[in-house]
Amino acid sequence: MIDSSTKKITLYIIFISVGFIFLIRLFWLQVVDDTYVRFAQNNVLNEEVVYPARGLVYDRNGKLLVYNDAIYDLMVVPERLKKLDTAGFCEVLGISRDEFDRRFERIKKSKGYSKYRAVIFEKQLTIPVYAAFQEKLYDFTGFYVQTRTDRKYVYKSAAHVMGYIGEVTDKIIEQSKGYYRMGDYFGVNGIERSYENELRGTRGIKYVLVDVHNRAQGRYKDGLFDTASVAGLNVTTTLDHELQEYGEKLIANKRGSIVAIEPSTGEILAIVSFPTYDPNLFIGRERGNNYLKLLRDPMKPLFNRPIAAPYPPGSIFKIIMSLVGQQEGVLNPNTTYGCARGASFGSVHVGCHPHSSPLALRQGIAISCNAYFCNVYRSVIDNRRYPTTEAAFDQWRKHVLSFGLGQRLGIDLPGEGTGNVPTSTYYSKIYGQGHWKASTTISLGIGQGELGITPLQMANVTAILANRGYYITPHIVKAIAGKKLNNPAFTQKHFTSVDTAYYGVVIDAMQDVVERGTATIARLKNIIVCGKTGTAQNPHGKDHSVFFAFAPRENPKIAIAVVIENAGFGATYAAPIASLMIEQYLTDTITRPWMEERLLNTDLIHQPATNETTTGKPAHSTH
Amino acid sequence: MRQQQENLHTQHIDWPTLLIYTIFVLAGWINIYAAVYEPEHSSIFDITQNYGKQMIWIGVSAFIALMIMLIDDKFFYAFSYMSYGIMIALNIAVMFLSKEVKGAHAWFEIGSFRLQPAEFAKFATALTLARFMSHYDFSLKDKKHWYKVAGIILLPMGIILAQNDTGSALVYCSFVFVLYREGLPGWILFICLALGIISVLALVMNPDTLTYILIGVGMVAVFLLRASKQGMIVVAAVVLFCVGVVKGIDYLFYKLQPHQQQRVNVLLGKEVDLKGAGYNVHQSKIAIGSGGLLGKGFLEGTQTKFNFVPEQSTDFIFCTVGEEYGFIGSSVLIILFVVLFIRLIAIAERQRNRFNKIYGYCVASILFFHFTINIGMTIGLLPVIGIPLPFFSYGGSSLISFTILLFILLRLDASRVFQLRGSTY
Repeated sequence: MIDSSTKKITLYIIFISVGFIFLIRLFWLQVVDDTYVRFAQNNVLNEEVVYPARGLVYDRNGKLLVYNDAIYDLMVVPERLKKLDTAGFCEVLGISRDEFDRRFERIKKSKGYSKYRAVIFEKQLTIPVYAAFQEKLYDFTGFYVQTRTDRKYVYKSAAHVMGYIGEVTDKIIEQSKGYYRMGDYFGVNGIERSYENELRGTRGIKYVLVDVHNRAQGRYKDGLFDTASVAGLNVTTTLDHELQEYGEKLIANKRGSIVAIEPSTGEILAIVSFPTYDPNLFIGRERGNNYLKLLRDPMKPLFNRPIAAPYPPGSIFKIIMSLVGQQEGVLNPNTTYGCARGASFGSVHVGCHPHSSPLALRQGIAISCNAYFCNVYRSVIDNRRYPTTEAAFDQWRKHVLSFGLGQRLGIDLPGEGTGNVPTSTYYSKIYGQGHWKASTTISLGIGQGELGITPLQMANVTAILANRGYYITPHIVKAIAGKKLNNPAFTQKHFTSVDTAYYGVVIDAMQDVVERGTATIARLKNIIVCGKTGTAQNPHGKDHSVFFAFAPRENPKIAIAVVIENAGFGATYAAPIASLMIEQYLTDTITRPWMEERLLNTDLIHQPATNETTTGKPAHSTH
Repeated sequence: MRQQQENLHTQHIDWPTLLIYTIFVLAGWINIYAAVYEPEHSSIFDITQNYGKQMIWIGVSAFIALMIMLIDDKFFYAFSYMSYGIMIALNIAVMFLSKEVKGAHAWFEIGSFRLQPAEFAKFATALTLARFMSHYDFSLKDKKHWYKVAGIILLPMGIILAQNDTGSALVYCSFVFVLYREGLPGWILFICLALGIISVLALVMNPDTLTYILIGVGMVAVFLLRASKQGMIVVAAVVLFCVGVVKGIDYLFYKLQPHQQQRVNVLLGKEVDLKGAGYNVHQSKIAIGSGGLLGKGFLEGTQTKFNFVPEQSTDFIFCTVGEEYGFIGSSVLIILFVVLFIRLIAIAERQRNRFNKIYGYCVASILFFHFTINIGMTIGLLPVIGIPLPFFSYGGSSLISFTILLFILLRLDASRVFQLRGSTY
């Protein structure tokens, strides 16, 4: 059995030598090498979140619009709290003992509470409190100050575009699948929201060793496990800051919107909403209070009119009628209709202002004859090519929708409205199937009735005219991190269902409008402006003043729509504002200071315009 | 004689082993208490905490131990194949009937208790292996027997691997010591050990560096053996073989999908992930290293207070020993384990029949494997493979199964004087 006993001994040797190796290793770890003792002395790991700087926002010319500012939050890790000098702590922070207890109650009840995880105890310390804390922090084991950034808006303009950031809600935390944590900020509105993923950057984590007195002892393993925070991407908007600010200046004290688009790209040059607010109200400790104040303001400054508010388009809709009529073959430039201060359609009489009669298409547009376009509408809807009124109406609606109306265009801003283009079903429901005809809905022909169009959609229609038949979805962001935005949705051409050939006469007529029609006030030296006025009927009060235009006529650089609420004729306020905007954008100079002066001094909110411009106006006038 | 066998004589129980067992179990309980100590639940008997629960498991284990000592020793021989069948069935069933816990399908949930059948498969496999190998005409040289032995070991191992519990599956490798004792040639054991060590090294170290080291060692060996031509050839062959293994593992590793590579890296503690295995080992070393010579004392281990090491009461229980009792305390533990192994081999060797002897070696091998992997992991010598430290780690399944494993041997040993040498019943 020699073999047997050697085997026994071999096993003894293996088992004993493993024990021996362990003893040597332990002797090394525990007795010889003292690095582990030192590690242990400062081995309370603090997981510090390194918040990335949010991306900056620029205008189209590289002008900085939004940047970041450092703020300091007081954080607490409940598990680390030890022998806190509560009275001293409350004194530094300036809160009562009751408040202190209340806050802890609230923290403990909050969602996802863990005693090991840091939570915000006090948001945005003021600088003196922050300084006092830094001095005494070692007394308050378990507390530390977290630096993060808040937004600063360089200008007071474009508040609705910029939007604002706010604290994440429980719902957002849940939806983000763990990305956001309690106390994080995220974009609530504007581009802060629509480009949140690009702007926010990536949170980093820094592991810091702290000793029992809560003093930082250095990085953990030289930062081996740290993750760097990555700053958010900078966003370049399509806005022209000077134009935007100028628009806001002109529209001040007048409720309304201005939208200016570069037709060839769909880039929004300016998008103005009034009443507005200072975006800087949404930062700092007063954020919440300011928000409530704005929310309760009867002027509704938070309402983003240009993309959300639908208006009856009024006479500007005659442009679309001209195109649809031609496409449907019921209208050509030589078609004439008579008008004797209006005309009757069935039992409905549509009024008009006095002008020569009969008129062909071009003059009809220039003079904005109501009777003419009601006739066009009737010929489209009562077209014998279609078996029923409904079928013809559906065809009309299809054309209208191809101009981007009655739907969200898909702008990269939250809160876009659809506007409204009624359906044949809608009328069949009201009047009964087969019991309505063109005359029943005749006011649609002149842009009244159930039609609702947002200023953005109006500007987009102008861009279509400038492009002679297509639009590119209007958008507000041009480039991200210096790279041109690569979003096919913002480069694709959307053609209307009207052939390009039909646009010529309409554009001639729009030129006439400005040169010798209803909007001569908008005429510019050396630049051919094509436009159309509108006066949108407002059942709740004074009519809205509407004007849209593009310029120059060839190779247009700007397409603009202006809506001024309760301001009467399109030519009174909307047209001069648009004209000044075009001039400012194309020439950088203002040659008509008197006009500018008049607009700046007009306050339609506190001193409503007198009704004299509209007295004696016939019903259904939509110049 | 029959009369004597039925009435167990207490003087034949191996008291040193029983004493070490008792020390381990009680020391384990105290260390679990220190590891998860919370001032809010300061009673060691508080059964809402792990230490309170462990107290229950100790009670259950003591009861089961007593039962085993009262059962007729022939029962275990008779029961062996059946227990194996039951355990195989339970381990297959658990895959389909259990919820996933930490990526593994390995626990039955009964009320608030969890049962891990893989733990209990160990003693059943040991009994079966002992019974099969103790058959009078058994020989490892017989290929048919060889395959059957391999089958007995690999079947539960494969099933447990399928449960995704790699650590428990690896324990079955320990039977190689038993096979070695029962006739497996020494060079196979050597190759197995070398393969194990080189595989770990190949994944942990840079494969090229390892290759150079192997070639260097080989050249030194060839130089020393230059007198013997045969010796030189053997050494050269061994070195070539080792280099082949290193290269092969390296190649296979890069053939894996990235997520599989990551899993291997985590297993080896190489993954740079603060919440992963690398962190555990680092914190474990800090805890043990900071214990110093004498330790910080009971409940004074600051590292254990901040939950730095997850699994502190289970797989990393040795940290608490190292931190609170220092080098002295951990040495005592290591020495006690080695004494236990020596004692177990001695017990196995003094058995008069092969069944008892083989079973004795199975017990020694399984406990040795757990001890080596577990402590090697906590002190950073071996990759992180989650298996418990026998008798110490928190957990009902493991404590009860180790108790059964050990007490069956004590029961068999207590009756050895009544059995004829070489008898196989």
